[in-house]
Amino acid sequence: MTEPVLAVEGLVKRFGGLTATDDLSLSVTAGEIHAVIGPNGAGKTTLIAQLSGDLAPDDGRIRFAGRDITGLRADERSHLGLARSFQITSIFPGFPALDNVALAVQAHAGHSFRFWSPARRDAGLREPAMAALDEVGLAARAGIVAANLSHGEQRQLEIAMALATKPSLLLLDEPMAGMGIDESARMIDLLRGLKGRHTIVLIEHDMDAVFALADRITVLVYGRAIATGTPAEIRANAEVRQAYLGDAHVG
Amino acid sequence: MQALRQPRLLAQLILLLLLAAVPPVMTAIDEPFYTSLFTRIMIFAIAAASLDLILGYGGMVSFGHAAYIGVGAYTVGILSFYGVDNGFIQFPLAVLLSAVFAAVIGAICIRTSGVYFIMITLAFAQMLYFLGISLEEYGGDDGMPVYRSEFGGLLDLYDANHLYYLVFAVLAATLYFGHRLVNSRFGMVVRGMKSNSLRMRAVGYPVYWYRLTAYVISGTMCGVAGALFANWSEFVSPDIMHWVRSGDLIIMVIVGGMGTLFGPVLGATAFLLMEEYLPEILEGTAPGAGEHWHFVFGPILILIVLFAKGGIFGLFGGRERGDD
Repeated sequence: MTEPVLAVEGLVKRFGGLTATDDLSLSVTAGEIHAVIGPNGAGKTTLIAQLSGDLAPDDGRIRFAGRDITGLRADERSHLGLARSFQITSIFPGFPALDNVALAVQAHAGHSFRFWSPARRDAGLREPAMAALDEVGLAARAGIVAANLSHGEQRQLEIAMALATKPSLLLLDEPMAGMGIDESARMIDLLRGLKGRHTIVLIEHDMDAVFALADRITVLVYGRAIATGTPAEIRANAEVRQAYLGDAHVG
Repeated sequence: MQALRQPRLLAQLILLLLLAAVPPVMTAIDEPFYTSLFTRIMIFAIAAASLDLILGYGGMVSFGHAAYIGVGAYTVGILSFYGVDNGFIQFPLAVLLSAVFAAVIGAICIRTSGVYFIMITLAFAQMLYFLGISLEEYGGDDGMPVYRSEFGGLLDLYDANHLYYLVFAVLAATLYFGHRLVNSRFGMVVRGMKSNSLRMRAVGYPVYWYRLTAYVISGTMCGVAGALFANWSEFVSPDIMHWVRSGDLIIMVIVGGMGTLFGPVLGATAFLLMEEYLPEILEGTAPGAGEHWHFVFGPILILIVLFAKGGIFGLFGGRERGDD
């Protein structure tokens, strides 16, 4: 078996008396969509924050692309090929959509201690940014100030910003959060389009989306991974049904 | 976008041309005082525009930028004290020292943000203020006189017009460099960090170094304003580093229009003209009212901030895109 893209071993994060991540281990193989599900408070976002480098774990290791990244900052992880979207939309609201993505492209186009040439006329930034917008279906909205995009479009914009950094692993924290049915369907199509070309860790509440997209699913309860398996295995897992899905809900 | 910016660009060019015309006009009507007044206004305009780089574009509210005016002014003052009047030595050294002070102070301040950043920049500026007071040899509290810089016969700064055009040239260069900077890759990073530094980190920017660099550039430009100020006033004292002076700079930026570079020039002009003439005007309405001019000054500033959204410069048309 090839080495996993992402390997988490014995991860622990405590907030006072609360153990938000409890001896968690997880491995993500290249090309898969690995969904992480769990009830509210299971520690999903805490996990993402530790994977992305916004939060330091108390114990355990995170290996990414063959090296230990546990001690690296978020921006350093980004340069190793890790990209994320946020549960609460995190964009540059005052910038046009294209500028949002161009900033992400620029972060990976050498250093930005360049003080003279106008960045907005730099084809080396604008063209890849436009391509990323096109990939998420926002090309026609490139000139719109991000704050004026619809909620669903802002979520797509976040994906475009992540893709613009040419990541080898995408961490998507509830990309469907707050979306209507139509918007969700569009996002599922978008993610399905990325499948196979990108390795994705997907945190999501929308079970239809998870079972439609995921190659494997890890179930978190109280910060512990109680099961990992294919959607069919997870559906059939008695412990999971009891802890999370509820007997009535079978996906 | 170009159309949106044109009225502002036009306004900037006209106002700069008017500034360029001040010395000959004032000489013609024999009012040299105004040349001196506008020299001072432009010096503070340089300082305010440099503060705007980090305050308006970067969202970093430095409440201690007068410290760098002090570093620049004291560099010229202390060199002059030891008989070094060569401007070609004084100015580069003023630039270097302001950069070093800004780098050291910034390295600590940049680790904080929001209110903490405001307080810690204020604290460092006060430290330098008290350092100035403790420098007995250089006049301590009272300050000391300074000879104007010599530029090997190229400029005679004791000629008010020469000093004026030197300051004018530095102001024009500051505005042009600032304009290039805020639209460059670096400028986009600075604006992005103001908008959402968490996202900047996530897409791969080591924000600390970019913020620090912006802070050092801004502090250094303020230091140049300080070196010019020492020349204008022929005097340096710790008073130029007092926290009220840092506050004045912030007010100039906000009143003129944050994140516009040219707005702070208008802010400095409005601020210093009011400071100069409000007492006189009030004294004319009622004897003794002049000394209470702050009672009128304060509300005027508040009214400008409340009703002229985007400051005085905001009256010249819409905001540029990409600022928030």
